[in-house]
Amino acid sequence: MKHTIVALVEDRPGCLNRVASLFRRRSFNIESLTVGHSEMPGLSRMTIVVDGATTIVEQVTKQLYKLIDVVKVSDITDDTSVHRELAMVKVHTTMNTRSEIIEIVDIFRANIVDVATDSLIVEVTGTADKIDSLLQLLRCFGIQEVARTGKIAMVRGMGGTAPAEREKPAPVRRIKASKLAAIS
Amino acid sequence: MKRTGGQIVCECLLREGVDVLFGFPGGVVLPLYDTFPQYPQLRHILVRHEQGAAHAADGYARATGKVGVCVATSGPGATNLVTGIATAYLDSSPVVALTGQVATPFIGKDSFQEVDIVGITLPITKHNYLVERTEDLPQVFKEAFHIARTGRPGPVLIDLPKDVFTGEAQFSYPEHVSMRGYKPTLHGHPAQVEKAVKLLNEAKRPVIVAGRGVIVSHAFAELKELAEKAQIPVINTLLGISSFPESHVLSFGMLGMHGMAYANMAVSACDLLVAIGMRFDDRATGKVSAFAPHAQIVHIDVDPAEIGKNVRVNVPIVGDVKNVLAALNKRLVQQNRADWISQIDAWRRDHPSTVIRDTDKLLPQHVVRKIYEVTGGDATMVSDVGQNQMWTAQHFWYDKPNSLISSGGLGTMGFALPAAMGAKVGRPDETVWAVVGDGGFQMNIQELATLVQDNIGVKIAILNNGFLGMVRQWQELFHGRRYVGTHMTSPDYVKLAAAYGMPGYRVTAKEDAEMAIREAMAHQGPVLMEFVVESEENVYPMVAPGTALSEIIEEPVREVVA
Repeated sequence: MKHTIVALVEDRPGCLNRVASLFRRRSFNIESLTVGHSEMPGLSRMTIVVDGATTIVEQVTKQLYKLIDVVKVSDITDDTSVHRELAMVKVHTTMNTRSEIIEIVDIFRANIVDVATDSLIVEVTGTADKIDSLLQLLRCFGIQEVARTGKIAMVRGMGGTAPAEREKPAPVRRIKASKLAAIS
Repeated sequence: MKRTGGQIVCECLLREGVDVLFGFPGGVVLPLYDTFPQYPQLRHILVRHEQGAAHAADGYARATGKVGVCVATSGPGATNLVTGIATAYLDSSPVVALTGQVATPFIGKDSFQEVDIVGITLPITKHNYLVERTEDLPQVFKEAFHIARTGRPGPVLIDLPKDVFTGEAQFSYPEHVSMRGYKPTLHGHPAQVEKAVKLLNEAKRPVIVAGRGVIVSHAFAELKELAEKAQIPVINTLLGISSFPESHVLSFGMLGMHGMAYANMAVSACDLLVAIGMRFDDRATGKVSAFAPHAQIVHIDVDPAEIGKNVRVNVPIVGDVKNVLAALNKRLVQQNRADWISQIDAWRRDHPSTVIRDTDKLLPQHVVRKIYEVTGGDATMVSDVGQNQMWTAQHFWYDKPNSLISSGGLGTMGFALPAAMGAKVGRPDETVWAVVGDGGFQMNIQELATLVQDNIGVKIAILNNGFLGMVRQWQELFHGRRYVGTHMTSPDYVKLAAAYGMPGYRVTAKEDAEMAIREAMAHQGPVLMEFVVESEENVYPMVAPGTALSEIIEEPVREVVA
């Protein structure tokens, strides 16, 4: 079973190296890993997918916690969550196939972001399954390039992966009526 | 007033209570060394090889409980520390390693004596730093020492580019340290403690297996109270030896590959195993699937990642051992387990495990036993790795808390001499013995010069059997007695001692051992003693690798040749 682990880590040089090195050294297999900024300044968010059949997931989270730069680790596999991946696919086109490709792209609610005389780039967002299906259909036209981001994920509703010191909403500034009058 | 990076490093070290550094200078750390004369409170001990500095800092840390500090220059200086850092990491020893680095504009250019030591030590440090600005030094040092000594202790490396030493900044040392990614759990969860109490009260045949965590957390009194109150036999891991007095009626020796037969039998028969500050190393457990087959397991450790890593655990308690045991002791019911204890006593009578066979020859076991008799157990024993390590563990009775220092996890040959050096610096008023084989001794033999230059009075007992003994034993038992690459010659150790400038003794007869040990003890400074012992003596009892703890091989009965 695939497990999705979200780790909030200090945005410091070498942190990705520490995480990747840990996975290699402990023989944990990474299926995918994505990193980017989180909602909190100074914290990056990693989404890591591991295969529970080959890797003891509990050890993954515990070993991740041992890294000083790792602030919060959540295994969100069992939570109801939204999983997305983005892919760009460059497909070979001819006069004859272009409209057919556009039809397929529409069905998948994907976008065409570049058109050239003999190729176009499709941008698609969705679960890994959806992207796999689209690739399957496009293959017969001749795929020239594929770039996939790997999965990012977020728990639905109030459940979340943010650390205890969650960012508070910015205070609403109330302007006194008299001032308001002055401004107007 | 602005200060240089070198001065700031020294100020930070003083704020952290450091009084001694084991180090070896070189190009990029020169600006740091240049400031040492301004800080006479910092004693610098010049080692002869950086590996010696790392082991000495480790030995110092284990002997004192304080953070040990070693210093090396960039490149080869830094890489020479690596074995010592890994040794400290595997045995959870608080060490801060300072390495010089080429100046920041030269980093990444394959400059002279440049090496990516932060990358190299990533998997063998608790954490490490590359400092890029002089003004970052106080924060980094504050964090590094905090990380090294708290939670599960471990080594932290700080890589210091040359221009960070020469740069200038205002110095103010942070009073508090707060890292959102580092908050060790120190108190056991009350519900877990309650579950453990229930198991302890219900168990018929419980044992405690106490590891180095007891020593690290100074939980000697708490462990004793737990054992006595609930009447539970105490068994130690190799590194747990001296966490519980071995002359105590409830002490039943060491478990594992060369553990006491009765200890392994007790673990194999128990119905509750209380693992305290230990991590189920394969040398301790034997075949994991057959480890403590009838037991529920309570595992107390400060490192959550150790829970369930190697063996299944019924009740994990994450927390500092001292706190957790204190909480347990409050809730325990007084017990009487005379039947179970007399059962293990009977096993001990039938399988004594520490009886030395009757012979006129000088056996390595005799040497350890004689050191015990002469010192009355009042000594810090530092062992190397291999047969000498096992005999030092088996044939000395450790009643003093934290009196055995050994490289357990990494099993680093060459550890004993420099680690004993560090231990003696940390415990100047104690007798410190380094027990070492002829193989391991020759790995860090250069530190004899350090002992003499700084008059560090380590007593060295070389058990010279002309072999890499433990490897030879495996070749004898598992490789048809084909001794490949294990026979080894030695220099004339007495002449060698003279050449380095210390007294040297050679003992070849059993009856001379005691007198020589007494003479060595009477001498103030370092002494080297070579004991020429039986060359093919084996360590028993033994549990062959990959077999269960219950499959104990005991010493074969030998014919006594008159």
